[in-house]
Amino acid sequence: MSMPFYVSPEQVMKDKADYARKRISQIRSGVVMTCDAGILMVAPNPSRALRKFSEMYDRIAFAAVGRYNEFETLRKAGVRYADMTGFQYDRRDVTARGLADWYGQLLGSLFTDSNKPYEVEIVVAEVGKTAADDEIYRITFEGSVADERDFVVIGGQADKVAGIIKEQYSPDISLRNAMRLAIASLAGQEDGNQNEPVTASQLEAALLERSRPHRAFRRLTGPRLDALLSGSDGAGSDSASSDSAGSPGASPKGAGPTGKAASNGATSDAADAPWTEGEDDGSASDSGDSDGG
Amino acid sequence: MGGIEPQARWQASAFLAAGSSSFADFLTAAAPELLPRGLRADGVRTDGTAQSWPGPTGSGHAGPGAADIPHGTTIVTAVCDGGVVMAGDRRATAGNMIAQRDMEKVFRGDEYTCVGISGVAGISVDMVRLFGVELEHYEKLEGRSLSLEGKANRLAGLVRNNLAGAMQGLVAVPLLAGYDEETGTGRIFSFDPTGGRYEEQRFFSIGSGSVFARGSLKKLYRDGMSVQDVALVLMQALYDAADDDSATGGPDMSRRIYPTVAIVTQDGFERLSDEQAGQYAQTVVSERMQDPDGPGAPLRPPVS
Repeated sequence: MSMPFYVSPEQVMKDKADYARKRISQIRSGVVMTCDAGILMVAPNPSRALRKFSEMYDRIAFAAVGRYNEFETLRKAGVRYADMTGFQYDRRDVTARGLADWYGQLLGSLFTDSNKPYEVEIVVAEVGKTAADDEIYRITFEGSVADERDFVVIGGQADKVAGIIKEQYSPDISLRNAMRLAIASLAGQEDGNQNEPVTASQLEAALLERSRPHRAFRRLTGPRLDALLSGSDGAGSDSASSDSAGSPGASPKGAGPTGKAASNGATSDAADAPWTEGEDDGSASDSGDSDGG
Repeated sequence: MGGIEPQARWQASAFLAAGSSSFADFLTAAAPELLPRGLRADGVRTDGTAQSWPGPTGSGHAGPGAADIPHGTTIVTAVCDGGVVMAGDRRATAGNMIAQRDMEKVFRGDEYTCVGISGVAGISVDMVRLFGVELEHYEKLEGRSLSLEGKANRLAGLVRNNLAGAMQGLVAVPLLAGYDEETGTGRIFSFDPTGGRYEEQRFFSIGSGSVFARGSLKKLYRDGMSVQDVALVLMQALYDAADDDSATGGPDMSRRIYPTVAIVTQDGFERLSDEQAGQYAQTVVSERMQDPDGPGAPLRPPVS
């Protein structure tokens, strides 16, 4: 039996961190950005079934890049933690900050204790009443938690992509422009043909919609996503657009007092509120229900 | 499991372990003290002691202590055109006292289901709360909703877990109604304390006043009624139940406390506001001023 030779803890940690960083630098970036309608999340994703963005709780979303099975495990763990906290206390007691702290602890101990660190970078985002109240937390593979403002880019070419966004971003950016900006910045990372039009099938996009009561998370798919993408390739302006769907599709008919709360700002993108649902994430207003307690 | 303090259960391993998408199962493994009254189906409490409930005077032996614990109700539900409507009264009684005048007994399960409760109030409310989280939990983990029958099965499982309590007199039995996206119709499921699940047709009622409500529903209900008509029928049935069952409360016109009415259609779950429910209640009450026994059904079919 050979003698195990000594490796300093410093070296072990450095090796693990280098490994993780190297792997993460090879993954494609995703963008999480605050806009007037809420918090927009965009990433390249050709898969129809495997998701990078998910609902975590009422106003909280989870975004990740990296190795799918690893961040899926983290996502499910977070959902369990959030549901348990909300059940034990109250729904209002589940916060993005609490979740981010918990993820930091979790990833920190995973980094230290396991042979292979998780090759992931995750974001926990919570939409607030106004853009100033939005919270975005980034948690790295080793468990550091960073509190981000306005937008964050995760993944391989984060700096480059973030640089592109920074030039044109403003906190009151409209949803349509935010989408356009996110796509432009992500296209910049390919180092390939930047003028290839991006189609819905190559993208995954989701929105934590500020105006929705209760569960804010909405996937942007189908006609709604196409409308946003086509609008962004055209004039890209905020002018009152005729392509925003006129009839309230998603809101329950005869819904109670809350009705259609398309009250975000003065931009015409407020008319974007009636979107068809791409997936069954549960729909909108319940008048005065009690969520079963 | 009995010796570990609760905090130790919140270990990462419990959350990370690949498991089922059931929230109740997860709680059973990770934090069973959070389950409704810490009950497990085998009657053993989660701290390892045998289950026993205090009698009416607080003495240790098990007995029908239900007299002092809030219970009693009527819940009615019926299929309407394009969905289902459920209504419940607002009274909770403990013995001969009214424990609460404005209790909510009809809850949103998820976007396409509603649940009404009967029996012991505390346990029922906990059960419905857990059910709501169970449905949402599955949806978030799996990325899709359960089928309506899957939801009914899960609720049956939660009822089953209360069997030991039920056998000692603390029964908690729900009524589930939902919109089935596959068939585009409303469906009703009833349960018994052992966790049996039964699909009902057209209309159903549970609770201490259900026998009276059911007779009323039999005479007033027609197939294919609109949402508004069914809501009115349910309001009539609840009024009749309150008329004959002291544990069921009628509409309180002076305090403006009306039966809870919930509608589930393809547009989702909606609970009528107090004003809307009040309008139905007012209609019924005004008519009863003329005909105290309510609308009569024709004795013979009309001659064509």
